[in-house]
Formats: sequence, structure tokens, C-alpha cells
Amino acid sequence: MSDTAVKHYIEELHRLQESLPGDKLSLIREAAMGQFQARGFPTTRQENWKYTDVKPIARSAFGIAEAKPATGYEKQLEHARLSGLDSHELVFINGRFSVEHSRSQDLPQGVVLEDMSSAVNNHSMLVDSVMSNTTLNDQSNPFNILNTAFIHDGVLIHVPDDCSIDKPINLIYLSGYSDNEFSAHPRNLIFLGSGARLTVIENYVGAKDRQYFINTVTDAVLSSNAALTHYKLQQESVESYHIGNLNIYQDRDSQVNSHSISLGGALVRNDIKVQLDAEGAGVLLNGLYMANGKQHIDNHTLINHLQQHTTSEEHYRGVLNDRGRGVFNGKVVVHKDAQKTDAAQSNANLLLSDQAEIDTKPELEIYADDVKCSHGSTVGQLDKDMMFYLRSRAIDEATAKSILTYAFAEEVIKRIEIEQIRHYLEYQVIGRLPDAELIKEFTHE
Amino acid sequence: MLDIKNLHASVDGKEILKGLDLMVNAGEVHAIMGPNGSGKSTLANVLAGRDAYEITGGSILFEGKDLSEMEPEIRAREGIFMAFQYPVEIPGVNNIYMLKAALNAIREHRNEPPLDAMEFLRLVKEKTKIVNLRDDLLNRSVNEGFSGGEKKRNEIFQMAVLEPKLAILDETDSGLDIDALKTVAEGVNSLRSRDRAIILVTHYQRLLNYIVPDQVHVLSDGKIIKSGHRELALQLEEKGYDWVKEEAAA
Repeated sequence: MSDTAVKHYIEELHRLQESLPGDKLSLIREAAMGQFQARGFPTTRQENWKYTDVKPIARSAFGIAEAKPATGYEKQLEHARLSGLDSHELVFINGRFSVEHSRSQDLPQGVVLEDMSSAVNNHSMLVDSVMSNTTLNDQSNPFNILNTAFIHDGVLIHVPDDCSIDKPINLIYLSGYSDNEFSAHPRNLIFLGSGARLTVIENYVGAKDRQYFINTVTDAVLSSNAALTHYKLQQESVESYHIGNLNIYQDRDSQVNSHSISLGGALVRNDIKVQLDAEGAGVLLNGLYMANGKQHIDNHTLINHLQQHTTSEEHYRGVLNDRGRGVFNGKVVVHKDAQKTDAAQSNANLLLSDQAEIDTKPELEIYADDVKCSHGSTVGQLDKDMMFYLRSRAIDEATAKSILTYAFAEEVIKRIEIEQIRHYLEYQVIGRLPDAELIKEFTHE
Repeated sequence: MLDIKNLHASVDGKEILKGLDLMVNAGEVHAIMGPNGSGKSTLANVLAGRDAYEITGGSILFEGKDLSEMEPEIRAREGIFMAFQYPVEIPGVNNIYMLKAALNAIREHRNEPPLDAMEFLRLVKEKTKIVNLRDDLLNRSVNEGFSGGEKKRNEIFQMAVLEPKLAILDETDSGLDIDALKTVAEGVNSLRSRDRAIILVTHYQRLLNYIVPDQVHVLSDGKIIKSGHRELALQLEEKGYDWVKEEAAA
């Protein structure tokens, strides 16, 4: 079955290549497809994919979306613009860049912000440097390879030395607005020069109940002293498949703050891989996942402390309801030169029904002797004493449950610095709980 | 108002209350005293409706209604309030909004219109004076980071806003220094009224120096073994509980 799927993607690749004569990336695509062909889709026999079965993706022969006019996305687009947030926006509909909905003005001198299909021609050196960087590019992840095989849409961002982009860049991916089921493989490349600063939002929104497959990869390279804040807001259709890889490489004294919120999708896998490759590099991974119905959401993170005095902090929380299933695997590797590493990780889960499930696994590998590392994971139900306290204050059981569930998720949301994103998420999270109106009352400040 | 007859209750299959009788009328303050393990807190929790406490016999009538089948939130709406011995911290849940939701749920139950934000704030401002509660505590998460005294004051503040018919104060005096105890006691005294009954569950007589009860009951091994007036509490302080137990056994 997997062979059929692989064959299908090879045919799709040839179709894409023919539509892009003389494109500079065709060799890279062919090479990646060769690798993908050799490797195939992952199976649950592989340790990294033990709890997440991607057969449904392999089984569906999704074609690459046609770049043709779509309709019905206007309202979602408006929401995804994060009301009132002053930002540069690039919009992709069904995975294809939409120039008419995108807007970026007053970018500082020297900044590159371009959709990938034009960037490959205008900035081929930059694009090539990432695609050939094997420490950054995850060659062991079949979906990362598949994304490379279809590299066409996405964005290239380059911020030169000592330059700050004050407004966030909001990358909006609207999917499911097509008559056909489709797959899309957005690729985002981010380069920050020395001392550069940037905030990027990847905002995935899906049409209700539509089936499609998004396979996205973002590569970020930070030079010394650079700072990146990265948001991933995933609200795909609950019938869709979403696989995302975020690969980060950090030089001296650079800082990455990553906020990953997964609310949508039938089958979701997020991988974050961080290389802390010089002194003083630090990363924060903050995450929330909520699975209702039969949703399956898997978060895998890997932080490599390669040099001394590097720091990492990770907080992920999950809310699993109905027959929802969550997977958390957080691996921290402290390599032998990484003395004075400071790494803290926590994963807390709330199971709201008997049939909900979480598989959580913190993994710590330490090859240095002078380090400070902690990790912990918890799985629990709503606190009985808190429930009783609220009920003794005349609040009915269902509302009390919603309030406490929301309060649990809010611990992740409150770390988000941008107010508009926080409010947007509060609204989205509350919207998934019963008694939404009443909970809104509780959270208004 | 409250009529408890031959009440038996157990926790985790272990019988704690073994035939308790108690009658409390509107306007009265009753103190329930007794040694550790006598069933004082069990009685408070049974009245408030905590899940783990199972009524195995007897009856509790509140204004003629059977409490045993009533959910805790319905009891609260009917006018029962419990001030907790150990008020729980609830991170992420705003103190003042919880109270507004509570008050409006109770008002709805009584077919009264909800208070709007302005009316509610006016009420809150007035009631914080009763226990000298700092304004900044109101907008924090419920009890989060409150000192022991602040938690107890917050309980009495909530009681003041919700204006229950029956208030059960479960060891509200425990862990308080004398100044905090006086403040809390003054707050409670200001809430005494003809229409309201108060049950003070306490381990120490000293609370009764500041809140003078109409009746004092001694609870021992799940039953009330002696009832009297304020002097009984003073006797207990002086002589301990043993003489009451012996007298009851005789």
C-alpha cells in the first residue's frame, strides 16, 4: 500500500516539474524524491512513530492543489488576520501563494520577504544554502524529505545583521477551499543575521470538515545574538492531516521562543528539532494540544545541547477529551561538550473522559557531568477539591469543568506576549468548551 | 430551618456520624465542638454535599426540603454556604468573576434579575469593608498566593456577598492569629441576622469569646452528646472533653 502511495507522489512530482520549466530547484526535488522512494512512509515499527500511524495519509492519494481561484475562505481569512494586529501578511490558499491577499509594507532596508516560487529565482544562493545544509535539514524524517521533493510554495525571510522587524510576519495557510482533496507542502526558510530580531506566526486554518493533507517544513537559522519568536497556530479541519517540521539552528547567544498550539486536525504530528550549537544559545518551547472527538495529536521535540552554557525550557500541556489521543515525546540530549547546560522540561495532561488517551515520554540523555536538568510529566483528571469548591459556590458541574479545563490551558496561553494572539486563542479554546459565554465572563480582565 | 434527625454518614465505607440530631432555627448561632476525629468536619461536608461523604441513614431537612439528594450547587442556590477549613487555590480562575457567577446563579434560582457589572462592583466594594479584604486580592486567581488569614477572610467576604440563609463555618478560626481572628469574628457578627442561621464548627473555645453562640453542642464519636449555652464552652476549655463523655456514658 505504501508503495502505491510513493508511486503516486512520484507521478505528482513529475506533473509539478513539467509545470515549472527551468525551475532552479528541480535537481533538489528529484534527489529528495529518490530518498523518499528509498525510505517510504514511516511505520509504527519505528520508535519515533510508535504511537502515530500514518497509514491514513499513505492510503489517500492526494494531488497537489491547482493554483486556481478558490471561494468561501473570506471569513476565516479575516479571523486569521488576528483582528487589529499590525503585521506583514502572506496568504496561501490550499497551499498556493495568493498575491492578492498578501500585504507587506515598510519593511526595513535589506529585508527579504518573498514567496518561495519567486525567491528560488531571486535569491537562489540563500535557498540553496539551506537545502544543502544537512545538519539543519532532517534527512531522517520522511515527511521532511517529501516536503523538499515538492518545494515550491512557502516563504523566504532574511533579516540582515542588527535589523529588527517590529511588526510580526503572519503566514496564513487557508486550506480545504477546493472541490478536490489535495496535499500541500509549504516550505518556509528563515535566516536571521547577527543581532537580528523577528516574530513569525504560522497560522493554519481549515475549512470545516474538509479532507486534505498539509505537510509543512520551516527551517530557521539564527546567527549570533539573533532572536526569533515563532508561533504555530494549528486549526486545520478535524478531517484533515497535518504534519509539521520545525528545524532550528542557533548560534552564540541567540534566543528562540516557540509557541505551538494544536487544536485542529484528524491526525497531527508536530516535530520540533533545535540545535543549540554555541555558548549562550537558549530556547523556550511552549505548547498546547487539545484533542476532541477522534483527533490524534502528536508532538515530538528534540533539543540538542551541543555546546556549554546553553539553556532550554519546555512546557507542553494537553487536554484530551472524548476519544481524543495525544502523544508527547520530549527528548533533550546534552552532548559531552555541553557543560553548564540548564534544561527544564514539563508535560502536563488532563484526561477528561475514560476513553481519552495520552502517551507521554520525556527522554533525557546526558553525556556531560556538570549540568542542571529536570523533567516531569503528569497525567490527571480535574481536581476534585477545586470542582467541589466551585460547585459549593452555586456553579453547576458542567460549567465548573469547563472553567477548570480552560484555566489549565490558559497556563500555556498566558506565556504568549502578543495580546491579539492571546485573545484569539482564548476565544478559540473557549469555543471548544461547553458554557463558552460564562467562561468568557471569567477570563475578562 | 435545619432539621437533622438520626444522621448516619460514612467516608470511604467508614462510619463517622452515628445518629446525629440537630435542630437550628433562623437567627440562631450554634457552635459544634469536639475533639479531633469526632466528626465535626464530616458534618460540615455532608451539609455542603461533598461527593465522598455518603449518607447511610437518617434525614436532613433544610426549610422542609430533603438535602440528601440535592447537588452541591443546588444547595448553594437554596441558600447554604460553607466557609472551608482549607480553601483551595484555583489558578487561572478569577476570584471576583467566580463570585459574580455564584451570585447570579443564586439570583436566577430565586427568579431575581442578574446584577450588572456596575451594581456588582458597588456591592463588592461595600462588602470588602466587612473583613478588610485588600482590593488587589479580588482580581487574583481564587485564593492563589493568599496567606492563611487572607483565605479565611475571603471566605467570609464571599459569605457577605452571597448572603446565605445558612452558613457553616468549618474551623474558620484555625490558623489565625488573634488580630485576624478578631477581624473575621467581627465580620461574622455583622452578618448575624434574624433570617440567617450560622453553624460554627470549631476546635477552640476562643472563637466563642468573639462570636457568642446561642447554643453549644459537644460532638463525640459521631453523636451530639451534650448541648448547652455559652458556659458549656468555657467548661470544656477548663476541664476538657472527658467529663462530658463520662457523663454521657453514665
